[in-house]
Amino acid sequence: MVKDSEEREGSRGVGLFKGLGITLSTMTKRSITEQYPDVKPELPPRSRGVIALLDENCTSCMLCARECPDWCIYIDSHKEVIPAAEEGGRERSRNVLDRFAIDFSLCMYCGICIDVCPFDALFWSPEFEYAEFDIRNMTHEKERLALWMQTVPPPPALDPAAAEAKELLGVRKKAEAAIPPTEPGGDS
Amino acid sequence: MTEVLEAALRLIVVFAAFLTLPLIVGQLEHKVMAHMQARVGPMYAGGFHGWAQLVADGVKFAQKEEIVPAAADRTIFRLAPALALIPYFVAMVAIPVGPDLVGQDIDAGVFFVLAVMGVGVIGTLMAGWASANKYSLLGAVRQVSQLMAYELPFVLAAASVVMAAGSLGFTDIVEAWQPWWLIWQLPAAVVFFVAGLAELNRPPFDMPVADAEIIFGPYTEYTGLRFALFLLAEYAGIVLLCFLTSVLFLGGWNGPFGDSWLWTFAKAGVLAFVVIWLRVSYPRLRADQLQKLAWKVLIPVVLAQLLLTGVVTIAW
Repeated sequence: MVKDSEEREGSRGVGLFKGLGITLSTMTKRSITEQYPDVKPELPPRSRGVIALLDENCTSCMLCARECPDWCIYIDSHKEVIPAAEEGGRERSRNVLDRFAIDFSLCMYCGICIDVCPFDALFWSPEFEYAEFDIRNMTHEKERLALWMQTVPPPPALDPAAAEAKELLGVRKKAEAAIPPTEPGGDS
Repeated sequence: MTEVLEAALRLIVVFAAFLTLPLIVGQLEHKVMAHMQARVGPMYAGGFHGWAQLVADGVKFAQKEEIVPAAADRTIFRLAPALALIPYFVAMVAIPVGPDLVGQDIDAGVFFVLAVMGVGVIGTLMAGWASANKYSLLGAVRQVSQLMAYELPFVLAAASVVMAAGSLGFTDIVEAWQPWWLIWQLPAAVVFFVAGLAELNRPPFDMPVADAEIIFGPYTEYTGLRFALFLLAEYAGIVLLCFLTSVLFLGGWNGPFGDSWLWTFAKAGVLAFVVIWLRVSYPRLRADQLQKLAWKVLIPVVLAQLLLTGVVTIAW
């Protein structure tokens, strides 16, 4: 302890000037403040602003609603029977989505619903300006969630050296099988 | 008749300076403090970089309801802001900024200004006592103990330069001033400035209004215009201290390219920047640290300076 205080004795007063130096040098640097309402912020490409719903893909499987840590997803659906497509066939049934709502006043933006969705029906959108004067309006229904789809950015391009996406590979193989490769030297 | 007219005109000019200079210092503080903290400060009021922020603040204060606590001593409570503010105006009248630019040249100007500045603290004490609030009272008591400690080095430092110049008049002091006084009177100048900051409750000596401990000290119960008057008094105090220091220790209107009132203003402006700079850089001093600084550092230093000044003045 004695040694400690002696060490401090030696440099007494230096800190006072260091402090002044730091404030002065900070003053000469450009401030990083963003003028937000006047100038829109430049967000990282995969920002988590709001969750969008592609309702054609939703099968009402309820996985997202069950995994949601704070139970902010509401799903109502009913079963519809599709008559047999041909004589003697079997009737099929499918789920029809009646209501899909996310209460953004509860949502904690963990993104688990998006991760667990097996049918790619949920997406992150970088839009964040959807504050409301009434907390009840923070519950976005299916139609509003579908509108957010327009703001979802396309997925980032694959790495140049990466293997071709499976979806594309399958389609290309089929196409190549249907059209025989042209003779070398012929017009393409 | 013309004498009365001239006196009135001088008073009006001083009053205008008294109202605008503190606002300029306040705006400077907003901006400098912001940039020193990597922010940008007010940006909206007035359009260009928030230049009218303090005007907007003034309008806001004027609109606020005037509240006097039920247990407060009404008369004294309402009188206190005036008592805190007016001494600074009176002191400003006597400070010259140029060879003939002065509200009223007084023979014993230094004595007059130091005496009048000491009155300002009574406003704070009245505010703290009349508020009937324990935080206000604590703040007022802290303020008085701080004033007791720092008035002595403040006055002694001024006495040193008075001895050197052989006059109590500001104009005489500035005319007697030589550039080498900057070194000779440096300890006195530093002590004067530091003690002045402490008297004005400027951070790092803002223990009487320490907002983290006692809300806002003596001003806790004040709202609206009366609160604004206390704030104005603080900034008027800064202006006064900066002009005093530049006139007493930095040679006032003496300057390299001819004497001009511009020099006084430039020196005071730089000092005002230093006041803000110190506020941003240093944390608040504790009560015991404040007393230690005053009695164990500033007073011995200024006594040694007085001795040196005396010896040099007699030996010259």
